[in-house]
Amino acid sequence: MKARASDPVFVEVAWSRLISVVEQEAQALLRTAFTNIVRESGDLSAGVFDLKGRMVAQAITGTPGHINSMALAVRHVLRAVPPDTIAPGDVLATNDPWLASGHLNDITVVTPVFHRARLVGYTASTCHAMDIGGRGITVDALDCYEEGFLIPPCRIFAGGRPQQVLELLAANVRVPEAVMGDVHAQVSGNAVGAHRLTEMLEEFGLEDIEDLAAAILDRSEAGMRAAIVEIPDGRYRGEMRLDGFEEPIVIRTSVIVTGDALTVDYAGSSPASKRAINVVLNYTKAYTTYGVKCVVAPHVPNNAGSFRPVTITAPEGSLLNAVRPAPVASRHLIGLFLPDAVMGALAPAVPGRVIAESSSCLWTLDVRGRDRSGHHFKEFIATGGGMGARHDKDGLSATQFPSTIRGVPAEIVESTSPIVIHRRALAPDSGGPGRFRGGLGMVIEFGMETDEDWLFTASFERARIPAQGLFGGGPGAPGSVETAGGRRLEAKAQHWMRPDERVVIHTPGGGGYGPPAERDPERVAADIAAGRVSKG
Amino acid sequence: MSQWQLAVDIGGTFTDVVLLDAAGATTVLEKVLTTPKEPAAGVMDGVRRALARAGVAARELRYVIHGTTLVTNALIERKGAVTALVATAGHEDAIEIGRETRYDAYDLGLEKPDPLVPPERRFGLGARIMADGSERVPLSAPEVEALVARLRASGAEAVAVSLLHAYRNPAHEQAVGRALRELAPGLRVSLSSVVSGEIREYERTSTCVANAYVRGIVEAYLRSLNELLRADGFAGQLLLMLSSGGTCTVETACEVPIRLVESGPAGGAAAAAHHARATGASRVLAFDMGGTTAKICLIDDGEPQITREFEVARVWRFKRGSGLPLLVPVVEMIEIGAGGGSIAHVDRMGLPKVGPESAGSEPGPACYGRGGDRPTVTDANLVLGYLDASYFLGGAMSLDRAAADAAIRRHVAQPLSLSLTDAAWGIHAIVTENMANAALMHAVERGKEIGAYDLYAFGGAAPMHACTLAERLGVDRVIVPPGAGVRSCFGFLASPLAFEVSRSRTVRIEHIDLGDVAALLDALEGEARAPLALAGVRGGDVTVRRFVEMRYRGQGYEIEVPAPPGAQDRAWLQALCANFEAVYGTYYRHVPAGLPMEAVTWRVRAQSPAPHLPPLETAAAARPSPKGERPLFVPMESAFRTVPVWDRYALPAGWRATGPVVIEEIESTTVVTPAFDVAVDDGLNLVLTRRTS
Repeated sequence: MKARASDPVFVEVAWSRLISVVEQEAQALLRTAFTNIVRESGDLSAGVFDLKGRMVAQAITGTPGHINSMALAVRHVLRAVPPDTIAPGDVLATNDPWLASGHLNDITVVTPVFHRARLVGYTASTCHAMDIGGRGITVDALDCYEEGFLIPPCRIFAGGRPQQVLELLAANVRVPEAVMGDVHAQVSGNAVGAHRLTEMLEEFGLEDIEDLAAAILDRSEAGMRAAIVEIPDGRYRGEMRLDGFEEPIVIRTSVIVTGDALTVDYAGSSPASKRAINVVLNYTKAYTTYGVKCVVAPHVPNNAGSFRPVTITAPEGSLLNAVRPAPVASRHLIGLFLPDAVMGALAPAVPGRVIAESSSCLWTLDVRGRDRSGHHFKEFIATGGGMGARHDKDGLSATQFPSTIRGVPAEIVESTSPIVIHRRALAPDSGGPGRFRGGLGMVIEFGMETDEDWLFTASFERARIPAQGLFGGGPGAPGSVETAGGRRLEAKAQHWMRPDERVVIHTPGGGGYGPPAERDPERVAADIAAGRVSKG
Repeated sequence: MSQWQLAVDIGGTFTDVVLLDAAGATTVLEKVLTTPKEPAAGVMDGVRRALARAGVAARELRYVIHGTTLVTNALIERKGAVTALVATAGHEDAIEIGRETRYDAYDLGLEKPDPLVPPERRFGLGARIMADGSERVPLSAPEVEALVARLRASGAEAVAVSLLHAYRNPAHEQAVGRALRELAPGLRVSLSSVVSGEIREYERTSTCVANAYVRGIVEAYLRSLNELLRADGFAGQLLLMLSSGGTCTVETACEVPIRLVESGPAGGAAAAAHHARATGASRVLAFDMGGTTAKICLIDDGEPQITREFEVARVWRFKRGSGLPLLVPVVEMIEIGAGGGSIAHVDRMGLPKVGPESAGSEPGPACYGRGGDRPTVTDANLVLGYLDASYFLGGAMSLDRAAADAAIRRHVAQPLSLSLTDAAWGIHAIVTENMANAALMHAVERGKEIGAYDLYAFGGAAPMHACTLAERLGVDRVIVPPGAGVRSCFGFLASPLAFEVSRSRTVRIEHIDLGDVAALLDALEGEARAPLALAGVRGGDVTVRRFVEMRYRGQGYEIEVPAPPGAQDRAWLQALCANFEAVYGTYYRHVPAGLPMEAVTWRVRAQSPAPHLPPLETAAAARPSPKGERPLFVPMESAFRTVPVWDRYALPAGWRATGPVVIEEIESTTVVTPAFDVAVDDGLNLVLTRRTS
């Protein structure tokens, strides 16, 4: 086969090979990872980048927040570490929230790929580190300096030799074995990807991936533009409210569709917060792009080319474009709602392609303490609620959206931590009513095998203002958090729990779609029989 | 003792039968239509025809070995028993909550499978075992009695008992099982600790429920088949093909029918493994390509790899993640939507794509002339001269070349401004590339170098794509066995009686109690040997192998490590750790030093000696000549070249030729590209060897 970027058969063949390269990278990372958050939950991303630092392909495995912010991060890293200084065996990294994925816990590792002694591109991955020092994933920091250890873009390996920054990192985190284990897993995964990429170049007789990348990005861009053209031109506005703190947070969304281009603007949204829920623009872009893609072009590949026709803006210094040194640790509390915001605005334009609001936020069992053998533990088990109803079917229950994080089995949680899961069940009546019902949230009751008080960090949204329905559909149930004894716990605070106390979490349900009166009576009866709805 | 053995494979469309005698002097191949409503009738029809053709009576059969899609079909079509679930209270919804994930990040319309047990038939028990196996809340007799009453009232015919941490301590499950058998003897009971024994409650419960769900169907079917065979005079042993590549008795199959789920494909892998053992090929890549899917399986040292993660009955666009997970031993293979019926189209990016949608047999490829107008891989192969329009299925069906041309022109060539030939070659190349990528990915995940394998091609479409695939993978040798179309059946006949059991019990290596380990492994060995003893295999003939799944402490994925031979002493432990590091290094290229290790799952596999499959007799001509010639597209030359066409049945052992040539038999056509030479070996395999340039 002749390697020509103008030959559609060659492009298709080489493109699928690139996707298999990144998927192998992600699998190696997943399988060598040391924490539940990476390997059971899949809180990671992996991609291949060209010499300009443009993402050419991403692994299917991974979360949108990581994938799309990593796509922007690699260019920042290359600005700080000039490519002409890079040698084989170098590995670069950063966790700067403004350059990478919005909070210090996400570490992006970039591995230069050399083929025949020439730099030909990069493999990169982003993973959620179990700990990064500082205050952890709370809302309490006054600025980003309180939030933990920052790695500016730099080499963590030079010519194959580990650099001192790794020792600094290990010395600044609470669980160095887990954190360093995962960094090594990222280095391993990137190395597997790099190796496969050079094999691919060898096999296809390519010098580099530049022409191929250009062809892939141009075709993706064209696919995205063709999809945007299908959306009627116009300016679509939406407004969404979130619990926030003393006052609700407002996200105002304008989606402007002009021919084959689309702009999302968040002017008029809440200003930056004093709490650590501020969102850097990279992360705003990551989840906005994701929301746009789900609605407009789910089948167009996600890469630097498909991002081109989409512009995302938010006023500098506002909640959705926070500037240093704003505290940002819990930026996902807001960022994860942006797909809901985009869909809310686009609903009138494409009613059959959007879904009602989802629980969206992660309801994480975030705990610290000492177990009975005196070991410090720290766990971060993400759980989900209900998804919004679709135009033609009910919303998915107990499903993470827009994150693609997976739940962790109770047997794994209990075998690897002192957490005991007493209950994990679907919560009746939590799905918003509608012609199609919102997905159900969950009720999770957990305790701790410990003789000491333990710290539970609540960091939850939609505990007051629920997920809204669409086109007459009702809202889902809001979430809640309390002790098994009935003591209500603040949804965004740290709580010291007694050793024998249990926490009961209700994750929010999704919104309904269409008027409830139009629901098929058979579906109503089935919901009642199954105990999903307690009344008709 | 009679010498005849018979294998039957029920597939989606056809039921295949192979009958052969121990000397290999007589082989009868039979293909009859599958009868989904009464599968035993179709089987008996095929069996009787094969016996009649050979002039053999049923009482002369020593073995009947059977593989079936019955379990898979019951799960796909939801035709199983009314099933209830008994779970740890608070966790009854685990089978519905699953892993809370979306298997496609961008598709808002995706669907998840409905659990086999609806919420109203899920019952909780307050008894509780903890992660370390200790009992926190005991099982109370009144609670069990109340449970029985609720199960009766629910109308359940079968019940799955799956309690938290039962892989670690099955005492509660066993007690519930005993109580149910005593108090509710009509219920078919499946225990998760018996069916799977592995950690992760969603997947283990899903497996246990699926087992309970299909058990009644499998029992009824096997009983009826057994009776029909006996009525015809059959006095030998009826054995079932397991997904893991061994065979088992009817009793075992009725206890854990879920282990039959991939029995047909396991037969294909077993055939390739047999070939590897018979010829001493240490690395064989089994490549099975049919109408809708292709399956690829790596066979090292004559043994297919076994995995414990499988998924059945996908509900949304065949996507991985949209099915029911099963934790059962299954021959490790990848299956992708690439077959003769795979449809080609041009996507939004203006790029040609092939599959996973398939035209199936109705309407089928455009060239079938049954109303299909979408271009498929078969249409492309016809245009390229890989297929002969007048010798499809040995001439039983003729192909419409004009319809193939029109479909490819309209849906691929014109939108891409390609010539008809380039478009057809593109379809062939892309479907092959899809298979190559899947195969590469599969090999890389296991740390294997795929170029070192021989490609063993069987199934209707594989021999046409084998050379192109071998070139893409850097493979130098391709084997096309005789009777490629019914090869899975030969695999059944070459499979040993085998059974494996495993138990998850996480132990840090530095804290290990070797006495406990010895006791656990001995207990597992007893469980693994029991079904073989029941089948009449002498203890001394049983080969037992032990495996440990290990990881570094903190990791969540384990790799299977062979346990060293000998007693469990310090030296044994050191050898085990060394084995782990060696396997880890092959998988991930980098072995971390000084990290603590742990053992997670313990496994024992017992098997009888592998049966000997005799070589086939030859009926070839002494000096064959080509039966004709036809133009074949040669991609390296971007042109057609007229090549000789040979009749495979006329080719004797020792015959050789230089590619390009085409070799035809009834169920398949082998295309030898210019890069390959071909020879017929003593086993009548076509052996294609890549020329060194």
